Amino acid sequence: MTDTIMDALAKQIAVEMLKQPKRVIQPDEALISSGLIDSFHLVDLALFIEDTFGITIDDAELNADTFDTLKQLAELIRSRQ
Amino acid sequence: MQTFSHLLQKAYQEKTDQVILYLLESGKEDQPVTYRELIEGAAAYAEAIEQAGIQPGDVVILILQHGSDLIHAFFGAVLCGAIPSIMPFLTEKLLPERYRADLASLISITKPAAIVTYPEFESEVRSALVEGDSVHAVLVSNQVADSTIPDFDRLAGLKRKPEDIVLLQHSSGTTGLQKGVALSHQAVFNQLESYSQSLRLQPDDVVVSWLPLYHDMGLIAGFLMPIMSGISLVIMSPFEWVRAPHKLMQAVSKYRGTLSWLPNFAYNFCAQKIRDRHMDGIDLSSWRAISNCSEPMRWESEHVFFEKFAPYGLLPEAFATCYAMAENVFAVTQGGIDAPVTVDEIDREALQREWLARPAQAGQPSVKMLSAGKPIPNVEVCILGKDIQTLAERHIGEIALRSNCMLTGYFHRPDVTKKAFHNGWYLTGDYGYMLNGEVFITGRKKDMIIVGGKNIYPQDLELIAMSVPGVHAGRTVAFGIFDADAGTEEVVIVAEVDSEDPAERERIANDIRQAVTRGSAVALRHVHLVDQKWLVKTSSGKIARSANKDKFLKEVL
Repeated sequence: MTDTIMDALAKQIAVEMLKQPKRVIQPDEALISSGLIDSFHLVDLALFIEDTFGITIDDAELNADTFDTLKQLAELIRSRQ
Repeated sequence: MQTFSHLLQKAYQEKTDQVILYLLESGKEDQPVTYRELIEGAAAYAEAIEQAGIQPGDVVILILQHGSDLIHAFFGAVLCGAIPSIMPFLTEKLLPERYRADLASLISITKPAAIVTYPEFESEVRSALVEGDSVHAVLVSNQVADSTIPDFDRLAGLKRKPEDIVLLQHSSGTTGLQKGVALSHQAVFNQLESYSQSLRLQPDDVVVSWLPLYHDMGLIAGFLMPIMSGISLVIMSPFEWVRAPHKLMQAVSKYRGTLSWLPNFAYNFCAQKIRDRHMDGIDLSSWRAISNCSEPMRWESEHVFFEKFAPYGLLPEAFATCYAMAENVFAVTQGGIDAPVTVDEIDREALQREWLARPAQAGQPSVKMLSAGKPIPNVEVCILGKDIQTLAERHIGEIALRSNCMLTGYFHRPDVTKKAFHNGWYLTGDYGYMLNGEVFITGRKKDMIIVGGKNIYPQDLELIAMSVPGVHAGRTVAFGIFDADAGTEEVVIVAEVDSEDPAERERIANDIRQAVTRGSAVALRHVHLVDQKWLVKTSSGKIARSANKDKFLKEVL
């Protein structure tokens, strides 16, 4: 099953944040609690989501309690579209 | 004023209802705090610390997040004559076992008598303790009263002497935590008096800060200076700022902020990440000095920041610079207050090859150097050559300084303290030159890496990388390379490996990234695997960091 939202997020994270274009990010892989995404990149992620999907994520929501995986983030985006 | 406690007593009695700080927390109303509230909150901690049997002169480690508990516990320790030292709180990135090891390393050298933390973190702290160590008490924040009327006749802090140690400051990581900079009351007062003059500090100044309090810039400029000088402070957590950098601008606009200190990367970060919609109605015209400090400052970073925010009233005169270090309490120099920051355009070749800051010639590659300003009134600076001789203007050498606000010593490390001085001059480990009485910083002699204003010791990262299977002891090197886009250094690790299998190499590179990121809280992106014998070693067989960095820059980038 493909998921365009998850694919776009995975690509953005691998290319722009981790600078490892070949890095595969699993739908259930922990992003924030594992330290994979640096705190300096959380605001980039929020800006990317705003530009790409037209929804806003408040800064107070940029933590592992709101979303920690691609799957959870995609669900959050879908619920606001 | 004799000591911190005497000053706090005076503020409590004479400026009781003055709002001294505004605590900004996401999702909450801004919280104004008066001297009365601040000192009564501190007195409650003083009582708890005293009741736990902590004696004057004992060290109390504070493991608390940015907020009122941390502030009260800090001054509470001071009021009962103990020595507070703030340890960074555990972040998501760092592995708990690594944090525990760092804490154990801090305890082994600093020998604190108590640790203050949250109830939910108590078991984590206790797991770092061992039978027979110095820690007699772990105090948890919810068992401390919200406030207590201070009894100044009893508080042991008022019996301390000006030359006694008031606080310890540490750099991060295993190495940094073993080198606590011990500062006396008198040293801090001398710094504040002198630095206030350089800044032309006025009663109506308002300091706005998001800086962490475990670092000298946040602790001194963004916390103690305003509180001890009676100047309003607006304070927010670094964790909130990094998620919403526009909150700094909103705070300056709302409180008419006049002074801030930022590490160089923050100029790029604000310019790149803040959206125009967050800037609606923002007026930055009150900001009179934003000092670029604590990592190499770049003209380009200042430039993008001022271009981005000029439409919101940011004045070009607000551009300021500062060179500082914990060993001198904080500021060594300050620029951009009475006159614009001097920009010295110098020849790039001469800088790199001849150790000379020669004025640039038309058509030749050049570098725009930002002046860090003149030494503050109580500090003398000189530039020393290879034979510890004083160098003339425009000659690059090691920066040395002398002042009446130097550290008492590295805590429990007389050996390290002794090595840091030469004939009464403190050797900074930074390279630079002087011109017309102003100091320009060109680089570092020490191997320290500075990422986002945070000092990182490469040996800590190398040790972690060596723990990865497939990597051998003594065959890794860590250094920083400047990333112009981010305005700060990025960490690079080069490791020699035996395997030639690409899949195995990929696995090793990923494991190094993961291990270093989670073992040091420094995001590691660049791992470069090389074959055996790639690394440059000194004649004594040690890995030479700067030679390997040069080789990496030539061969890889």
